[in-house]
This record gives sequence, structure tokens and C-alpha cells, in this order.
Amino acid sequence: MKDKRITEADVIAELRDGMTIGIGGWGSRRKPMQLVRAILRSPLRDLTVVSYGGADVGLLCAAGKVKKVIYGFVSLDSIPLEPHFRAARQAGTVEVMELDEGMLQWGLYAAALRLPFLPTRAGLGSDIMTLNPELRTVASPYGDDTLLAMPALPLDVALVHMNRADAAGNTQFLGPDLYFDDLFCAAAKRRFVSCERIVETAELSAGGSVHTLKLSRLLVDGVVAAPGGAHFTSCEPDYPRDEAFQKEYATAAGDPARWAEFRTRWLECDAVEYGRRLGERGAEVHK
Amino acid sequence: MTDPTLDELCVVACAEAWRGDGELLASPIGVIPALGARLARATFAPDLLMTDGVATLVTPEGVAEGWMPYRSIFDLVWSGRRHVMMGAAQIDRFGNQNIASIGDPRRPKSQLLGMRGAPGNTINHPTSYWVPAHSLRTFVARCDVVSGLGYDRAAALGPAARFHQLRRVVSNLGVFDFETPDHSMRVRSLHPGVTAEAVQAATGFPLAIAPGADVPTTRAPTADELRLIREVLDPRGTRKAELK
Repeated sequence: MKDKRITEADVIAELRDGMTIGIGGWGSRRKPMQLVRAILRSPLRDLTVVSYGGADVGLLCAAGKVKKVIYGFVSLDSIPLEPHFRAARQAGTVEVMELDEGMLQWGLYAAALRLPFLPTRAGLGSDIMTLNPELRTVASPYGDDTLLAMPALPLDVALVHMNRADAAGNTQFLGPDLYFDDLFCAAAKRRFVSCERIVETAELSAGGSVHTLKLSRLLVDGVVAAPGGAHFTSCEPDYPRDEAFQKEYATAAGDPARWAEFRTRWLECDAVEYGRRLGERGAEVHK
Repeated sequence: MTDPTLDELCVVACAEAWRGDGELLASPIGVIPALGARLARATFAPDLLMTDGVATLVTPEGVAEGWMPYRSIFDLVWSGRRHVMMGAAQIDRFGNQNIASIGDPRRPKSQLLGMRGAPGNTINHPTSYWVPAHSLRTFVARCDVVSGLGYDRAAALGPAARFHQLRRVVSNLGVFDFETPDHSMRVRSLHPGVTAEAVQAATGFPLAIAPGADVPTTRAPTADELRLIREVLDPRGTRKAELK
């Protein structure tokens, strides 16, 4: 089997200005935060970001990386509203396509199946139709029904974070929900997975039922070993959300001076240094 | 046992929204709606299903009875076997709801959650709302942007909206429904001590109130319901904070 182990830098080297990038996870859960931080440190810009959004969307907006966001919501879960995303929306600095959560799934699924659209009722009659005039309806050929034709949302690249993977790109989620990570990968031309640990293939099925092996190497181009790579979002059962850190993030976002400090300390260093500082912080907190 | 407080009355009013639903997924958003759904299941609606808020269906005793990741939730939404109680930053006379943003949605004055599942929920299965602070800011003549569909928009869609159904709106002042000829919002009951004049003054559109007739008072919790709320479902009193 092909060895798909790559580094974070290899992933960034595959990205281009203006690309459409899908980011897996959900709100503040199992987000590929290490890869997102790597984008923040790169010169990339004008990205279209597709996400069930959390701090991934907020950080990319705050760093001026984003041209357009396609989303059903942007939330930090335990903190309902994402401060940087709000600021970007209220300043009018990003274009948006705001969708129903199910429409977003349908758009990814249509792209995954190479269909131009999939029909649904979700979105009909809401202001999604007026705010996105490109959306069309379709008449059922089998009866008296009108449905929204949710267009495919093809991605240039998908970035997701998993609990485990093998070198060939078989991946494993051990938490309660895969979210839509497999659809993000299936909708994308290039698919990169960061994970807590790269293990031997046999270790995957030893560590969880076969149902946890939903995203296979068929849908993965590169695997990055990134222990702690979802921090500060949750990556159950490896670690829960770092609520104290998230609170610090959200509070800092509202104050330019504190945000500059936060950025210097947490967003301008590489993953190794990030881990070291996190260890230091833990020691401070637990003193 | 001491007299019921407003939060306890609201828990019961929320619970009533799920009466008669049988075996479907109750999805309450918020503390008081969640207590309401759990109360309904513990008493008059024992067949309701609920998740732990993550991805597991759990019995009242907290035993896992099924796996319900987001993908299955969306399937369930579109199949109709769910009754959600959502919040509303704004709600209008026909039950159109906004949770997305305040101001011009193209460049909002205040970005809120986004559309979330409101468009898909409202067009596919029963929906109720919980508004803890009834005021002219929340009960508005017109929503700045519509996430969840009201009856006028559903009617304009025709057969495409045949599964649309708004059950109840519960606020800190009363309980409302849409059981009028034109499906405009109606006072179903007022909480004790609230007058029809007071609720109308806090509402940005004319509420249907039967002229001359006495508006019913929201029913008080039974002794058993009060005991369940206070001793079993919410002994720490988390419900109090939602009405501050």
C-alpha cells in the first residue's frame, strides 16, 4: 500500500489562493485546528471555506484569509456565538452563502456523487432563497411537488481531523459522531487528514469496532501525525474540549490588545512550540 | 410544597407542547424546554425519544438506547419523526422565526447563529418555540431575516409545505398557538397575573384574543409535576437562570 504520511508543510504546499476548502468537524468539535493554524501562518488568501463552522471559520476570517464562507452555522457550542466570525460579518469583510445545515450536507453529498444537485424541501420559503438568488427549484417529474435543487458544493481540498489513521490513509473516529467528515472528503479533489496517532493497520480494528473505520484510504490523499491537533476543540475520547482555553480565546477576540497577545502566543508558533506552551499553561493553571 | 414559580410553570407549558406526540424524537433547545420534554416523557408522553445532547439516545435513567449522530438526525428531520422546540431572536404574527442575524442580513448589525436547521425543521416536522423574554424586540411585526417558516410563507409554497406545523410558542408571559382561521398567532393561555393588555403591549403585532371571553390561565403544575421538576429533573435549579 502507498505510504501517504506527509507533514503539515506538505499540506500547505498543496493549497493555492482562491481555493475552496472544506473543513470537517462540527462547531467546536474535532476540528483540524493544527492545519488551520498552519494556514494562518501561510501567505494563502481569498479562500472559500465550507464548514459546520467553529473557531476554524473565526480564525481564518480574523486573519484575512477568507473571501467567502459557506455554512449552516458558526458556533463554539458552549459559547453560542463565534466572535471573529461575527466581527467579519458585521464589518462586511466576507461574502457568505448561509444555508440550512441539511442543505450543506446535501450539497456535499451531491458533489460526492457527481450529481449537479439533490432535491430537498429544506430551505424552501426561508430567506435562504432570497439571499442566494442562484438557488433554483425543480418540479417533481412524478407528481405535484416543488423542491429546492441544492447545487453540488465541490471542494478543491478537504481537511479533517481523526483519532487514528494508518500510513495508507485508512482513518478511524473513536468519538460519538463522525459528523460529515466522510462527505467533506468525498466532495473534494484532494483530501488531507490530520490525526492523533498513526498506527499499524491491525491496531485500527483492535482499537474500535469496524464501524469506526468509515473514512478509508479511498478518500484520503495524505495523513499528518498531529497529536493534540484538534485542540482547543474536542477530540473524544482522546481529550475533551479545552473550555478554559476556548473562553480565553473568545474573550481575547473582543479586545485588540489581548487578541494581539493571544495571536503572538498561540498562532504564530509551530505545532511543537504550541504543544510546549500548552504544557506550560497547564502547569500554570494547576499550580 | 411551596407554590410554583414562573420557571416551573414554563417547564410545564413547554412539556404540554409534546402531548400526544407518541414515539418521536423530542429536540428541546434550551434549559426550560429540555426540562419540559423530560417532564412530558416522565408523565404523559412516555414514548418520546431524547438524545444526551451529543449522539446517543438515552432513556430517562440515562441508559443508551440508540445511536443518533447528526446524519441520522437530519434523516429523521426530513422524515418528520421529530418535534423541535427552538428559540427565536424574532418571531412574527404568522410564526416566522429568525435565529440568523439582526439588521440587514447582507451586512448584519448583529450576526447570530446562522440559519442552523430552522428552514429544514419547520418545513418537515412539528415545531414549537420558547422565548424567555417576551418583548417588542422579540415579538415583531416583521423578522429581519426568516430562518424558520411561518404559516403565511408555508401557505404560499402550497403542497411543498404540507408537513409544516407550528404547535406552540411559550414565553414568560403566556402560551400561544396558531389555531385561528388565518393561522395568525393566538393567545392560548396567559400565565397567572398577566393581563391580555400587558401581553399585547409587549407584542409588535395584533394578537388574536377572543373578544369578551375570558382568556384561560396557564395550568399550574400538579403536585407530582412539581416534585419531579424540583427533586428529580432539576434539583440544582438550573431553570431559574433562563428567566433572568
